[in-house]
Amino acid sequence: MTAAAEGSPARRMTRARRNALLQSEPVQGFALISPTFLYAVILLVLPILVVIAHSFWTQNYLTIDRTFTLENYRIALTEPIYRDLLWRSLYISLMVSFFTVVLAYPIAYFISFHGGRHKSLWLFLITIPFWTSYLLRVMSWKVILGYNGVLNSGLMGLGIIDEPSTALLYNSTAVIITLTHAWAAFAILPIFVSLEKVDRTLVEAAKDLGDGPLRSFLRVTLPLSVPGIISAALIVMIPTVGDYVTPKLVGGKDGVMIANAIQAQFGKASNWPLGAALSVTTMLIVTLIAGAMVLIIRAAQRLAR
Amino acid sequence: MPEQSQAARPHQSERPPLSERPMIEIRNVTRSYGAFKALDDATLTIKEGEFFSLLGPSGCGKTTLLRMIAGFDNPTTGSIAVGGQPMEGIPANRRPTNMVFQSYAIFPHLNVEQNVAYGLKRLRLEGTEEKRRVEEALAQVSLTGLGKRLATELSGGQRQRVALARALVMRPKVLLLDEPLSALDKKLREQMQVELRRLQQAVGITFVLVTHDQYEALAMSDRIAVMFGGKIAQIASPKEIYQRPVNRQVADFLGGMNFVKAEIVEEDGASLVVDTLGFGRVKTDKPKAFVRNGGAATLGIRPERLRVLWDNATAKFEVAGKVVERHYFGEITHLIVEIPGLEKPLSVTETNDFGADDIPVGTSIRLAYDPEALVAMAD
Repeated sequence: MTAAAEGSPARRMTRARRNALLQSEPVQGFALISPTFLYAVILLVLPILVVIAHSFWTQNYLTIDRTFTLENYRIALTEPIYRDLLWRSLYISLMVSFFTVVLAYPIAYFISFHGGRHKSLWLFLITIPFWTSYLLRVMSWKVILGYNGVLNSGLMGLGIIDEPSTALLYNSTAVIITLTHAWAAFAILPIFVSLEKVDRTLVEAAKDLGDGPLRSFLRVTLPLSVPGIISAALIVMIPTVGDYVTPKLVGGKDGVMIANAIQAQFGKASNWPLGAALSVTTMLIVTLIAGAMVLIIRAAQRLAR
Repeated sequence: MPEQSQAARPHQSERPPLSERPMIEIRNVTRSYGAFKALDDATLTIKEGEFFSLLGPSGCGKTTLLRMIAGFDNPTTGSIAVGGQPMEGIPANRRPTNMVFQSYAIFPHLNVEQNVAYGLKRLRLEGTEEKRRVEEALAQVSLTGLGKRLATELSGGQRQRVALARALVMRPKVLLLDEPLSALDKKLREQMQVELRRLQQAVGITFVLVTHDQYEALAMSDRIAVMFGGKIAQIASPKEIYQRPVNRQVADFLGGMNFVKAEIVEEDGASLVVDTLGFGRVKTDKPKAFVRNGGAATLGIRPERLRVLWDNATAKFEVAGKVVERHYFGEITHLIVEIPGLEKPLSVTETNDFGADDIPVGTSIRLAYDPEALVAMAD
């Protein structure tokens, strides 16, 4: 108080106003989020704006012609190669998210309903594969699926096949298998969380009203864990559309995805605007599909009642 | 203790005599978790059409017993039969019981109608039978017209009614209620007590209620089992439980009670003669299941059974003392009266009609009592 008393009336006023400003809730809120907000602007919003801007420009050998054009989008949407790659990417990512959710659900269910006191131990064990580099995990799938790989020699040893199958590696199936394994944990966690939120007395109530274990699961537990299924599917689908390491390593010629084409445009082909247009197109399509997925699952949930 | 005057049963209508046929037979049931016994050798028979309450503090084993009747838990030893059929190995979904859960367990993804129809779906009823039964059940709990509401749009009282309708629509042999009123506010709770009782008499189904609220149990039940620490202490009608508690613990749990040290002078089959300091030599009915513990016993009297004697009024049985504390509760006043010779002062509950709220602290007063109101019990 002494400092305030010594100051001139005008200074006291500005100080009071500043204090009032600092104490207002919106200002405090902005102050609190400003570090993350700046971080998000610099590292997320600006790069996307740069990419969007590039997509309307033209590469002119070493320089970039900054006159507005939609030519890149025409190429991205009409060239058969890009269309095929986009379709294949979507197909692969949808298959991956489907299989990941189907395989992750029983694991999440087991941990949530039968994990007992060891739930956190189980979750911890699930993260163990992630202690090694993603590249190493992809390479080990190469070892498993390869011509002289574990699977082929195993099947030959059992006499099921006579010569090594080449259908295992270097195609989109290999990409789907590898990605499904790689993303399992990311699907288990959201499903686990939504299962944890299912009130156990609701399951008891279903049993009390005559449902056996399977019926009570289908009528109560499954519908109530739909939010977890949706988020698991989206968490897996969105990044896998743009994956380029996995197709490069195990996809071969048939497993190339759109991200490989984008990478080529930004790299060897050195056509940034076309790469940018492909990126933006992919982003928009993924957004649309993600939205559609949410709507479809919600509608299915409503019908299932 | 303002509720004491309300301890009278709010709904005491004529009801048909109970069937003597047993509906639930619990024989020597024990449920242990390691060394801890949640329920210890409970034996009890609940009759057909009876409103039976399991009353006790939390952790006394009442919910464990209810869950074992429902099939959510299994006895470690002992047997449970419902409707004459042993329940061993029969899962909850195939038992003739339905439950109203403490949290109500309303399915949040379904509306009121769908919640009530949940158990009927499996029965594949013909034509409009399902709809008719749902509407009948909703009418029984006064929820007609709210069928399309979502569970999230209901008040606590309405959710409770949905839970009740959902169980009743199954027409169970036994309806199990796990503290169904504990989440409601006082007014609504009292209203629901009356409604539940009425409903039970209308449908004639055996109700088993678990509660820790003694007034709830007294107001609604035909019979009550009072439980402590996994053991059943007393099974009797509300009136008997309240007036003739078997021991101090039961007496204390069922509202206020003055305890006076007593010495057993004489004991025979039906009565007990004890010597006390404040009340002299008293002959009382011997409580059922009285177990003598040496020569000592306890004599009890409810605070509302002691009445202040005004001016020169006299009574055949009276004790004199001095008011040391006075607590005002609106319709009643609670006096603490020191009696010479008694180690603890007596609590007296007096209605305020005659000015008990104006008796100054320090006044010497006389208290009248009816020797019938004195109850001897084990320590």
